[in-house]
Amino acid sequence: MSAGLDDIDKAIINGLQGGFPLSEEPFAEAGMRLGLDEDDLIARIQKMLDDGALTRFGPMYHAEKLGGGLSLAAMKVPEADFDAVAEKVNAHPEVAHNYARDHAFNMWFVLATGAPGRIEQVIAAIEEETGLKVYNMPKIEEFYIGLSFGA
Amino acid sequence: MNGIPAIDHMDRQIVLATQEGLPLTARPYHAVAKRVGLEPQEVIVRMRRLLDQGVIRRIGVIPNHYALGYLGNGMAVWDVADESVLEMGRMIGDLDYVSHCYLRPRFPPEWPYNLFAMVHGHDRGQVLERVDKINAVMDEDARAHDVLFSTRILKKTGLRLPT
Repeated sequence: MSAGLDDIDKAIINGLQGGFPLSEEPFAEAGMRLGLDEDDLIARIQKMLDDGALTRFGPMYHAEKLGGGLSLAAMKVPEADFDAVAEKVNAHPEVAHNYARDHAFNMWFVLATGAPGRIEQVIAAIEEETGLKVYNMPKIEEFYIGLSFGA
Repeated sequence: MNGIPAIDHMDRQIVLATQEGLPLTARPYHAVAKRVGLEPQEVIVRMRRLLDQGVIRRIGVIPNHYALGYLGNGMAVWDVADESVLEMGRMIGDLDYVSHCYLRPRFPPEWPYNLFAMVHGHDRGQVLERVDKINAVMDEDARAHDVLFSTRILKKTGLRLPT
């Protein structure tokens, strides 16, 4: 687990999931808080990106506030039809992620669209193509998102 | 519900220039400014406004769960009474091993659950232990719960921002 990450890397991951400064020399400023110099902080972030410990570094945008639609949808797909249905669902470019899960609701996908109203259109199309009901579960409220090294 | 803040053409240029990430140079906003044709200070001011508006959720590192040693993850779901669900959501969202927590609509009777959390652990056993701990804290506020583990990734593409 956590191969190749030392305590300083972990401090960066735990301490820098938000709050990266908006200033002229933000790495110097963020480094000061972490007790690292600018070059070291840049090099460590670069290495963690290269190694895949980080998936991204930078601003995280809120799709809906940029005017887009975002939702989680689920389906109950008969096992025999599963792959054929997955193919039809995945063919929609608005389907960003799709996961099989071990439950009667066995297919879960995220829809991301340029316009909010498009979500309903894509869902109607999937229902038409598959003959199955799509349960649309857009978020009503979101609680803080983050993950850190815990015990 | 949140309204859609006013975002102009230049804001969108900044979004496009930074949605894949910030340049890893000592003055990253200067590099962005050069790309979009603005003064560096203007980029900083605009991004600070986007952050205040919530268009930028946060700026920083986005870790890969697997690299953190979280090899197991389960989507835990609960049916929580409407009057206590916000309190429970905030409590669960604060936990170190929870990466996402959302309130979503129920579809009774087939889907009675309204609170969703991605619970991470070193393996499935640890995920289940952690869900049990959450259940103990929620006590009778949670009327029912379940944990759904993923068995296959059927599709995974990057989320593209509408521009």
